[in-house]
Amino acid sequence: MSDAISRAVSGAPVLEIDGLRLARDQREVLRGVSLQLQAGQVCALMGVSGAGKSTVLRAAVALEPFDAGRISVDGVSLVPGPVPRESALRGLRRKVGMVFQQHALFSHLTVRENVMLAPVHAIGAVPHDATSAAHMLLAALGVAHRADAYPSQISGGEAQRVAIARALALDPPVLLMDEPTAALDPARRGALAGTLRELAAAGRALLITTHDVAFAKAVADTVAVLAHGEVVELGDARRVLDAPSHAATRDLLSHERGSPLPT
Amino acid sequence: MLVACAPSGPATDAPAEAPRQPLLRWGGDAEGGAPFVEADPADPAVVRGFDVELAGFIAEGLGRRPQFGQVAWASIEQSVARGDFDVGMSGLEDREELRARYAVSLPYFEFREVLAVRPGDSARVHALADLAGKRVATLGSTMAYRLLLEAEQRHGVVPVSYDDDVHPYTDLLEGRVDAVLLDHVIAERAQRRTPGFVIQRDVIARGHYVAVFARERAALRDSADAILRERMRDGALERTFRRWGVWDAEQAAYQRQLLSSAEAPSTPGTNPEKVARPATGAATVMAYLPALARAAAITLGMSCAAMLLAVLLGGAIAAGRVYGGVVTRAALATYVEIVRGTPVLLQLFVLYYGLSTMVRLPALLAAIIGLGLNYAAYESEIYRSALLAIPRTQLEAARTLGLSEWQCFRLVRGPQALRLALAPMTNDFVALLKDSSLVSVITVVELTKQTAIYATNAGSWLVPGLLCGVIYLAMSLPLSRVARRLEARWSVR
Repeated sequence: MSDAISRAVSGAPVLEIDGLRLARDQREVLRGVSLQLQAGQVCALMGVSGAGKSTVLRAAVALEPFDAGRISVDGVSLVPGPVPRESALRGLRRKVGMVFQQHALFSHLTVRENVMLAPVHAIGAVPHDATSAAHMLLAALGVAHRADAYPSQISGGEAQRVAIARALALDPPVLLMDEPTAALDPARRGALAGTLRELAAAGRALLITTHDVAFAKAVADTVAVLAHGEVVELGDARRVLDAPSHAATRDLLSHERGSPLPT
Repeated sequence: MLVACAPSGPATDAPAEAPRQPLLRWGGDAEGGAPFVEADPADPAVVRGFDVELAGFIAEGLGRRPQFGQVAWASIEQSVARGDFDVGMSGLEDREELRARYAVSLPYFEFREVLAVRPGDSARVHALADLAGKRVATLGSTMAYRLLLEAEQRHGVVPVSYDDDVHPYTDLLEGRVDAVLLDHVIAERAQRRTPGFVIQRDVIARGHYVAVFARERAALRDSADAILRERMRDGALERTFRRWGVWDAEQAAYQRQLLSSAEAPSTPGTNPEKVARPATGAATVMAYLPALARAAAITLGMSCAAMLLAVLLGGAIAAGRVYGGVVTRAALATYVEIVRGTPVLLQLFVLYYGLSTMVRLPALLAAIIGLGLNYAAYESEIYRSALLAIPRTQLEAARTLGLSEWQCFRLVRGPQALRLALAPMTNDFVALLKDSSLVSVITVVELTKQTAIYATNAGSWLVPGLLCGVIYLAMSLPLSRVARRLEARWSVR
């Protein structure tokens, strides 16, 4: 594992979500979601489609306002009410990175420029330093050879790794990923699980939404199952997935078996 | 077997009409107005004027019923040549090129080219030579305009071409031009409408109004000539001209002379200052090339400047409509709808003439602003949809990376929107290049206007039209090529 993706580990939880409530169009999407995440830990946030998994991530990066509860990321807190202005979110932006389901790479920029954009423009890094930092990140994620390509020229798996590199460019202690296996074939899912374990081993906390049970087993330390806007089961990944105690979890397991990962 | 049964419809109920007189279709321009041809204020569907009465005499003499058709003044001869009309009349000026291509009637009226000036200049200005460095207005494509072009060479007069004969005089009063050179008939009418200027008595040149027939209809022309001659003898023409206030001693002398000579004068307009007589064929093309090149430069320069304004303003409008508050959005949407929903010609008129009491813009600047403001509305719609086409997740990704809203716009949304907007922008620029021909209504002589002047002199649109088209293509094709190349380069991304 390269130094580019490792960071110092401290003991306290780096991500705390406490009693998160959120309604859209008269409908309660989240009804008091709480979970905690330690540095070096991977948590799989599971649930059927529409359970509100993505909404939890979006609230945690201040893309979605919420009505009640509290979100704290490595000492930076978000409170209920409208989303603060971007200038008030500078602190948060350096604490948490997000990898979108469709990667959302900037299609007019090369892979390298995608990764360099935030360091150069958001925190004013010297372009030369940002270039070498981008290269180390891309190398650590195995896509350095694609640095000069445009997003339309690379594969889906490569695009995901570039998106991870871009989300890590500001060196945040927390990384959120939305449905990372949605567009990956089984072999790539296994490789991705390995990469994410490496990121966790290097001291980052990862919160990953997925309904891919095999992937969750391979990558997660803990699993939180979301159903009807609430966390109905939370605990050690093996225990939750091998011996589910809640009907919603059993339901999820029976429908979302997922193909096994190559070992 | 199929039996086709022809419908034996009932006989028409309409009463048998009296045997209708054959028609004499005549073309004229009612926009030219009195005393030539104007819409009757009491019944705008009916035209009146001395040309209307003359057409009536000709029709009557031929045993036909006159039927008027509206056609733009500069196109009357060509409509006649196409066969749209039997005869064209509307203060048409006799000139050599006209006689070369058409059957032309006897010159039934002699007009004098006279100068109109502001009262302060009346003592000083008596000839075109007195107007060195001054702006002198007239109608484009007329004998007066050709006199001015010659005076430009000889005396340094600055000709200003108008598409109508009202605004030269109002602009004279407002100080936009220093003199107007036009037919005394037009000058006197303008003075009745907007007093305040002086018509000089000096005759700059003389010309004649004629009726125009297609060349192969010389026999019809001869009959018309005989009728007009008869009407001159019996005083009907004099009564008509008196009724329209254009009869004077000089006209009486002219008619006497015309009637005493067996033949109509074979050469048009005898004038103190000789009118330039364009040759035909390759020599004419060569003679007009510099003027066309100059006009093309004006078209291109004006279009580029207007497009620059449209792009900057359009970008601002689009940004306002995407990012602005409710009031901003509503105001900008209103602007866009008004501008897109009304003709650019109207906007140019309002900007140049309508607002002239408040701001007096030079013509070229007004043209650039008018076209720029108009195209800004179209550009803004292109940019707006391009901005909205950038995936929302990219903008959210930019936010999670800590970019400010302005940085999102400058680094992520704007550059991608620009790539999407490129093709429609190129289209718009080419359209603008062509729309720029409309600014001749506010006295800018650009490529199309120059071509029209050339075509009027040459008596044909064929060569001038082809030449003009080639020049427009030469300006727009390279641009399209550059745009395509840029698009090809960006499409990879």
